Amino acid sequence: MQADTYTVAPARRPLTSVMHEWVTTVDHKQLGIMYIIASCGFLVLGGMEALLMRLQLWAPEMDLVSPDTFNQLFTMHGTTMIFFVVMPVEAGMANYFVPLMIGARDMAFPRLNAFGFWMFLFGGFLLYFSYFGAMGLYGAGSAPDIGWYAYAPLTSPAFSRGNSTDYWLLGTMLSGVGSVSFAVNMIATIITMRAPGMRLSTMPLFGWMILVTSGLILFAFPPFTAAEIMMLFDRHLGAHFFDTQAGGDGLLWQHLFWFFGHPEVYILALPAFGIISEVIPVFSRKVIFGYATMVMATVGIGFISMGVWAHHMFTVGMSDTIDLLFSGATFLVAVPTGIKMFNWTATLYGGRLRMTVPMLFALGFLALFLIGGLTGIMLAVVPMDWQLSDSYFLIAHFHFVAFGGILFGIMAGYYYWYPKAVGRMMNRKLGLWHFWLQFIGFNLTFVPMHFSGVLGMPRRVYTFEAGYGMEIWNQLSTIGAVVTGISLAIFVVNLIYSYFRGREAGDDPWNAWTLEWATTSPPPAYNFEEIPTVKSRRPLWDLKHPDDPDWKHE
Amino acid sequence: MNAPGASPNQLTAAQAHAAETGETLFADSKKLGMACFLCSESAFFITLLVAYALYLGKDTVGPTPAEALSMPLVIVNTVMLLSSSGTIMLAMKHYRDGRYGQFRVFLAITILLGAAFVIGTAFEWKDLIEAKHLTISRNLFGTTFYTLVGFHAAHVTIGLILMSILLGIQTAGHLSKESPAAELISWYWHFVDGVWVVVFTLVYLIGR
Ligand code: HEM
Ligand SMILES: [Cu+2]
Repeated sequence: MQADTYTVAPARRPLTSVMHEWVTTVDHKQLGIMYIIASCGFLVLGGMEALLMRLQLWAPEMDLVSPDTFNQLFTMHGTTMIFFVVMPVEAGMANYFVPLMIGARDMAFPRLNAFGFWMFLFGGFLLYFSYFGAMGLYGAGSAPDIGWYAYAPLTSPAFSRGNSTDYWLLGTMLSGVGSVSFAVNMIATIITMRAPGMRLSTMPLFGWMILVTSGLILFAFPPFTAAEIMMLFDRHLGAHFFDTQAGGDGLLWQHLFWFFGHPEVYILALPAFGIISEVIPVFSRKVIFGYATMVMATVGIGFISMGVWAHHMFTVGMSDTIDLLFSGATFLVAVPTGIKMFNWTATLYGGRLRMTVPMLFALGFLALFLIGGLTGIMLAVVPMDWQLSDSYFLIAHFHFVAFGGILFGIMAGYYYWYPKAVGRMMNRKLGLWHFWLQFIGFNLTFVPMHFSGVLGMPRRVYTFEAGYGMEIWNQLSTIGAVVTGISLAIFVVNLIYSYFRGREAGDDPWNAWTLEWATTSPPPAYNFEEIPTVKSRRPLWDLKHPDDPDWKHE
Repeated sequence: MNAPGASPNQLTAAQAHAAETGETLFADSKKLGMACFLCSESAFFITLLVAYALYLGKDTVGPTPAEALSMPLVIVNTVMLLSSSGTIMLAMKHYRDGRYGQFRVFLAITILLGAAFVIGTAFEWKDLIEAKHLTISRNLFGTTFYTLVGFHAAHVTIGLILMSILLGIQTAGHLSKESPAAELISWYWHFVDGVWVVVFTLVYLIGR
């Protein structure tokens, strides 16, 4: 009889053979893990850049790093965090768990999946290669120093010599190609490969959020790619898209960038919302409150978020009418987002809460994302934005959303799903240290930025002057950044420690309800022995409670 | 290895839905994937079109579209490309009915028409560059024109490559009857033609 390669304990294989398997894999779970590990690497880089900036801003007129270096630091930090940390970690989690949650054996296009991963990874390498290779013929600059939205004319050949801007353009463009292939694959998988009986209306909410995120990627990334191509033509073929002297217009870049850039914020946020929508019900021991409104709010966000981009441009002097329109649209997007907040809170209400580490991160998400959302509404008021834009208040706002919201949500996902992917629980004690230090460190970093911002401290400036009352806020921020850094180090230690020493998890350590918990931890290559038939939103509940299944009530 | 395969009597939710309603786009992952890809492609072209429209008449130096663009050649070109949409439709009809000989003939005609379009574009560009001195760096018109028309022509060229490969594989007898490849490539070709209709309208009718 032939041995079963999946159940027989594998003999130790030579390293080259293991490496070969990982490099050539098209398995959605292995690719998911590779996305996540790569994103951890980029998180370390992006975090170091942030820490360096904060150390430079510890006191007035410091010269730890030069002004030029500082410009490179915030550019690389922002670009890294958005394109190479949050995008891939979410792509990784979606890759790993969406097929499992919908009861599929793999993604629709496994090879396209691998293609997307490698595009992302080489995009990241290309961006960071600028540190070594971007001197070009001019010996000017090493890393790009154009900010994460690369406004013209900073990027024009006259102001950006050497090739650093080209590495930025090509790196983000490649990773964008990866994102589009990810999106195509996800939509095809979610629509066509759900398990027997799983209708769209009984699909886990995480699947819904990934579906809408993928739709957004499909329409937001190509315009960005087109704009980047225009920029490359300007730089290398002498085209005039953004060249004012020849009648071109730098404003076109701003519109095209933010037509991508704002949906991108929701592309990053929706998967985190999806994680929260899975974690909160399981640890409140209640079904999600308002599943249908949750789906509608997600789709609503998808559409509205395509029409608010120019709220990033209130300060460039558009007409009053345009300001008004985009301000109004921005208020509108707060409605579906608010509905979600209420749904999560209502799910908690009256639940039997279990304060596990993923639940703590989910609660942290709720609190911090709420604050980020509220300062967002403040900034949607045009005169308010004129005053606060490009100050540290704005930095505080979007870090409450991007870090307090999105990254806390992702952390909830890590602690929730790690046992499934690895077969061992993440250590709870280290997890508690991680959570509390990250929560305290985060607030210590970013709450004070609201104050320094209101006092007039501009973003993207390498230092500040003494005597305007900003010293104390900056020092608090820097201490907070160090604490946050320690918390993230504990997180990485926990990931590694638990891999070797974590408690055995079993198939379903959280007593959860969705299909990924119906198979072994980690799942076999084919995911399920037998594809389950689904009758309700909580198929695993139905299995565990044949006397009182959900589908009788839905 | 005895990893269980999907048991044949189990339909995914989408397949069951398709069996009920006869709606296949949302049950066939390859078709849906292609449709999604074409959506992203249209977002790409819309961006180039918007840039073209926005910069119409903003040039600081000539030549302007009215001075540079001549209609006769491009009209012939357009007729050829549009009729290639018709020939590939016929090819697909024969393909579905199992008349592979005719399928190959019409596919070959489509390829020839598409190739003629690309060659026609090359002659148009040669004239623009040599006689009208319009290059990509000459003025805004040159910038937006060559980018838009160039990306379209690149897509036509990719379509030609795909169709030639399809023709080769089919002739060699390596294309299985269930493969959706022919249909998906025909979708792509129709899409490229559709884009040309918009480009032609904007560049040669409105903008000239
Ligand atoms: C590890 C904790 C973090 C710290 C201490 C931190 C700190 C900072 C600082 C000091 C700046 C520059 C402010 C300026 O001078 O303009 C900045 C900018 C930025 N950060 Fe973070 N950050 C952190 C995490 C994140 C995360 C998780 C994201 C996104 C997912 C993010 C996205 C950005 C972006 C987009 C910018 C703007 C870059 C630019 O101006 O072009 N950061 N951050
Ligand atoms: Cu926005």
